[in-house]
Amino acid sequence: MLDTAAFINILTIFVLAIFVGFEVITKVPPILHTPLMSGSNAISGITVIGALLALGAGGGTFTTVLATAALFFATINVVGGFVVTHRMLSKFKKRD
Amino acid sequence: MQPEHLNLLYLVAAVLFILGLKNLGHPRTAVRGNILGAVGMALAVVGTLWFQGFVHMELVAGGIIGGSVIGIVLAIRIKMTAMPQLVGLFNGFGGVASVLVAGAVLIAAVTTAVMSAGSGLAMSLQESVATAASGLIGAVTFLGSLIAFGKLQGIVTEKPLRYHGEQVVKVVVLGAALVLSAMIVLDPSRTELYWILVALSAVLGILLVMPIGGADMPIVIALLNSYSGIAAAATGFVLSNNVLIVAGSLVGASGIILTQNMCKAMNRSLANVLFGGVGAIVENKEQGDIYAGKVKSTSAEEVAMILKTASRVAFVPGYGMAVARAQTGVRLLTEAMEADDIHVEFGIHPVAGRMPGHMNVLLAEENISYDKLREMDAINPDFPNTDVVIVLGANDVVNPIARESAGSPISGMPILDVDKARTVVVIKRSLSPGFAGIANPLFAADNTLMLFGDGKKVMEELVAAYKDA
Repeated sequence: MLDTAAFINILTIFVLAIFVGFEVITKVPPILHTPLMSGSNAISGITVIGALLALGAGGGTFTTVLATAALFFATINVVGGFVVTHRMLSKFKKRD
Repeated sequence: MQPEHLNLLYLVAAVLFILGLKNLGHPRTAVRGNILGAVGMALAVVGTLWFQGFVHMELVAGGIIGGSVIGIVLAIRIKMTAMPQLVGLFNGFGGVASVLVAGAVLIAAVTTAVMSAGSGLAMSLQESVATAASGLIGAVTFLGSLIAFGKLQGIVTEKPLRYHGEQVVKVVVLGAALVLSAMIVLDPSRTELYWILVALSAVLGILLVMPIGGADMPIVIALLNSYSGIAAAATGFVLSNNVLIVAGSLVGASGIILTQNMCKAMNRSLANVLFGGVGAIVENKEQGDIYAGKVKSTSAEEVAMILKTASRVAFVPGYGMAVARAQTGVRLLTEAMEADDIHVEFGIHPVAGRMPGHMNVLLAEENISYDKLREMDAINPDFPNTDVVIVLGANDVVNPIARESAGSPISGMPILDVDKARTVVVIKRSLSPGFAGIANPLFAADNTLMLFGDGKKVMEELVAAYKDA
């Protein structure tokens, strides 16, 4: 059943996090637009935690299949995202 | 491990994500920022597994190892020119993961409710609303990203696909998806509704991205990036999980900021990019008049001679450079000119290419120092003192019409004022219009020389001619 107090708590976290997101990314130089995008993209793969929780909670075969597939896709997102960002950033050099 | 401990760990991960994003915004700290984000993610994953007592390890290992291998292979093998589609693809995977997690939780909840013979709702209002939102946003992100990937990869046409009644179709599909969402909230136990919603949202994702043309891709990619964050946050509400909500909304918000920056760089509203659209009309009657008898064609040798006498040269690259893979020639010519004490720099338009920062990534791969890459506002005042500007594969972003007349599709779009330089060399295959479908008076200007040909070949000829001159 709806637990209003708990809902207000996570709603608070949600709203504050949105404000933090807006504040953290205000002025980013264009050279970092792509890495910022692919780095934040990797962070949005946080659904990997959701997949682990859904998998760990147990349930029928269908649930397990869905959760495992989610884990697979989210992991590609996370690992691929961080690695490609690192690769890109390693190319940004300042030469004299 | 107690739930409180896991939440504390999630708090640490959330802080690392915030610090990571902040550091990613500065050239000096960007590498550290990315690593902080990865560490936060690793902490959250290991903590979650530990908390659950490492159950289903064969499936967990399979999913994580399989995903990691594919992710690493894609990330390492991808060419820098193909970076936009890879980022698009990763966005899509994040979206589909949200769809699947919300679906798994829904089915588990309904099954449990049935088994315990409960007659009430299987889910709280928060959970059912969030489930519908995850399905809707996640599926739009997934299919939208796949279409964006297809367009960038050349599988789907880059041309904007527009038709009569397009907006009505989109509104009807969105309306149907919202009605289905409401039905899911009213009765979550009808799980088939969820999959119908997902299918309908997938169609909506296709409908939203198909009409958007190649040059608007930077905005679409940034927007889909934001959506993938919002989908993750919605899934966080399904699970009442703090770290999903924090990380998802951070990415959602930062993606919106980037999207707004891109829109500003084109002087267009987001609504105009999504629903209006440049590039719909590709007919131009005056094109012949603008160019008639005024276009001067030149040769690599002539340009090499002009460059030899220059003291300040600027390159203005566009998507055409990426397509022709001409950036190596650009680097070679830059090195040759710098050896002759010519000052060389690069003017980068914010929406040049197919994703935010596309040109910067390409030139960085060629080892061109990033302090030579100058933003539009920074380099514009210097064009009058520049001897030669080489426009390579760019068109609309250097079209003076944007500055001069109202009523054109690109009126008001900030451009690089290359026409103010002493000599402008435009390297291009033909006089065909750019993405906006309008003629470019720059090509007919008195101080412009056209160097026709394939970007890569022309650059190679130019390097050879420069060394001979």
